[in-house]
Amino acid sequence: MTDSITRTKLSNGLQILLKEIHTAPIISHWVWYRVGSKDEQTGRTGISHWVEHMQFKGTPQYPASVLDKAISRDGGMWNAFTYLDWTTYFETMPADKIDLALRLEADRMYNSLYDPKEVASERTVVISEREGSENEPLFLLSEAVQHAAFRVHPYHHEVIGDLADLKSISRDDLYNHYRTYYQPNNALIAVAGDFDTRRMLKLLRELYGDFPAGPHLPRLSRAEPIPSGEHQLTVEGPGETTYLEVAYRSVAGLHPDFYPLSVLDSLLAGPSNLNMFGGGGISNKTSRLYRALVEKELAVAVNGGLTTTLDPFLYSIMITVHPSRKPAQALAALDGEIKRIQDELASPEEIARAIKQARAIFAYGSENITNQAFWLGYAEMFATYDWFTSYLDKLAEVTPKDVQRVAQAYLRPQERVFGTYLPTGSGGSQ
Amino acid sequence: MTKPKSTSRMEANLPGPEDIHRQVLPNGIVVLCRSNFNSPSVVISGYIQAGSLFDSDEKLGLADFTARALMRGTEKRDFQQIFDALESCGASLGISSGAHTTGFSGRALVEDLPLLMDLLAEAIRMPMFPQRQVEKLRAQLLTGLAIRAQDTSDMASLTFDQIVFENHPYSRPEDGWPQTIQAITRGDLVKFHQKHLGPRGMVIVIVGAVEASQAFVQVERVLGDWRNPRQPESPVLPPVRPLIQSVTRKVTIPGKFQSDLVIGASGPKRLDPEYIPASLGNSVLGQFGMMGRIGEVVRERAGLAYYAYSSLNAGIGPGSWDVAAGVNPGNVEKAAGLIQKEIARFVKKGVTADELADSQANFIGRLPLSLESNAGVANALLNMERHNLGLDYYRRYPEMVKAVTPEQVVEVSRKFLHPDKLAIAVAGP
Repeated sequence: MTDSITRTKLSNGLQILLKEIHTAPIISHWVWYRVGSKDEQTGRTGISHWVEHMQFKGTPQYPASVLDKAISRDGGMWNAFTYLDWTTYFETMPADKIDLALRLEADRMYNSLYDPKEVASERTVVISEREGSENEPLFLLSEAVQHAAFRVHPYHHEVIGDLADLKSISRDDLYNHYRTYYQPNNALIAVAGDFDTRRMLKLLRELYGDFPAGPHLPRLSRAEPIPSGEHQLTVEGPGETTYLEVAYRSVAGLHPDFYPLSVLDSLLAGPSNLNMFGGGGISNKTSRLYRALVEKELAVAVNGGLTTTLDPFLYSIMITVHPSRKPAQALAALDGEIKRIQDELASPEEIARAIKQARAIFAYGSENITNQAFWLGYAEMFATYDWFTSYLDKLAEVTPKDVQRVAQAYLRPQERVFGTYLPTGSGGSQ
Repeated sequence: MTKPKSTSRMEANLPGPEDIHRQVLPNGIVVLCRSNFNSPSVVISGYIQAGSLFDSDEKLGLADFTARALMRGTEKRDFQQIFDALESCGASLGISSGAHTTGFSGRALVEDLPLLMDLLAEAIRMPMFPQRQVEKLRAQLLTGLAIRAQDTSDMASLTFDQIVFENHPYSRPEDGWPQTIQAITRGDLVKFHQKHLGPRGMVIVIVGAVEASQAFVQVERVLGDWRNPRQPESPVLPPVRPLIQSVTRKVTIPGKFQSDLVIGASGPKRLDPEYIPASLGNSVLGQFGMMGRIGEVVRERAGLAYYAYSSLNAGIGPGSWDVAAGVNPGNVEKAAGLIQKEIARFVKKGVTADELADSQANFIGRLPLSLESNAGVANALLNMERHNLGLDYYRRYPEMVKAVTPEQVVEVSRKFLHPDKLAIAVAGP
């Protein structure tokens, strides 16, 4: 994939990144806001995500039903995501239909209605979304682990928010959150696809140029102190399957140790797929943890999760325990593998393999224009787009010693959270 | 090769007879290829005529167990060697089974296509089913079934199929039950493989940065001499007996926070003339925009659910047409009532010309997006072959969609959806 992009900033602070791709008559347009669950105070958890829902409820110019139908009629897809650090909205459309998407995003940066009736019906929709997640043992476990890992830093709650806050957040809370953070100087527009850069830039200037810059917005960020011992917890719930989550402190996406940690993750649990669209993952059956846990019949599945965030988040290992084994047996095997990677240098071949896997995942991701547009903005949320374009080169510089060093530095038992989902039985009937 | 006259840019990008290459090997394998040099990757996808329709009730899940065991060790490589070869180059390959076929799909950087083909051929032609690996896989399948039993959405769907397809093979879950998975022996896997896996009726699609001639050479090289004279004909499916009254069934899964419900009936086959009018009707009912009329009523107005939508599932045999929603356990009856009311209104009054036009525009307009990636194109080619739609299907598709009238939609909806003869399945606490 070619990586030549156009990058500019309007006088009101709005960042714009454009990448022409002419392989298909498609354009993918994203607007990113630098606000996510990490910016939420206690009592307002989940508000960024709920605001994202409200942004689909219409403006005076584009009532909800009109918009939705217009996008679908043109054969487009649109959606939005809220994460720890950001909120983003996108439309991928046939190239000759992108105009509507550009206009509606500019419009809803300022003009969303937040009708009290819509707030009321969306409250129960969001609560229903949370209840759906609560049906999943892995959600219950990871929510508890995340909360235990962050006493101080606002990464301590799930993006969906706590039920108490979903019940009490008011229409004005939502609207104020929207008006505070949805400003051109807190936003980034990323467009990739079949367009002419000069014309696209002109259009975006027309749409956003007159918006005034809002006040500077400091991000909420309270550094998490280094824990003084392993934190163990259990979550009980229905089912027959035991799950373990072991969460270590990771680094911010911009930190130079992210690269060796990424290789470490690949060696231990198979490569994490960072693509949001397409790009299919690679199985992890030859990873060290699969061999030590699944091949030895202590677990039926194991996965690692490393993600790119603004502040240090977690590197999590999830284990589905074998039905005839005890959690302690699986944990002992995990600890054995972690000690091994801390004590013994990995071979250069093993590292070369991790790099080839990453290269393949990047190639798969480049088949998809929506995914390429996603990266334009996503990389800017925790680093810059250069992070993405130089990622494979940086990975190629990682040495066996680097991997050993980060294994020793970050996979420390006294700084981890060890969570167990203990099943209380199924007891289902028909 | 001549290009069709006056095609728009969009139509020129859709797969068609001049850029899809199709070849049939002497042993019956159909190979389809479409080149795409925009990315250095390649996707393979396809199926073999062996599925759970061949399974006995006592050993239900045998076809899928066999499919999943194919990559656990072959005459040439053991389990770790197979996955070492794949994962070392960032490739992937998976095999699993449905009711009619055993399907496979994989992807690789294009330089590794020969390796991917070797691994596929070894898996389907010379699996060893090592006992130890079979037992490991069995534990994984059983855990999967224990998780399924706790999944409100899975259990509501499974229960829905049991009502709609009573006394029909489609009422059975392809992945079986804990007791049937326990009953399957290594010998059963060996026998199933020997008897049912073969080249006749096999289809393989290759899409990516490879010339068609090269793709054909690759398939010929590893599968050209494959024979299996024992391969049986596909079983004949009995008809589905329509419900004579509405049937409600609930699965209790204690301790859950949300219930799932599925409401609907049997639907057309993919090849039935009703398929496209029913698809468009389904779009109006519970797809278009944010989940059509169902989404509007259940989610937007009543605020009852995060998801509420309808689907039309049409394949080789009879399909299903249903509405699914996840709701608070206290709201199950209210949501079910709203959904039934919407189905009744849909059947009685049909769709407006505007609603139909919206969905028609959506079906045509979304083609470039659905066919953007190699995997999307592979899936389209596979469907063309599976249902004998013709290589020009996507070129004809816009006209077929535009030709549908509101009258046709109401007619097919009345044929399949009867508000007083619905299957209603609920799974929750």
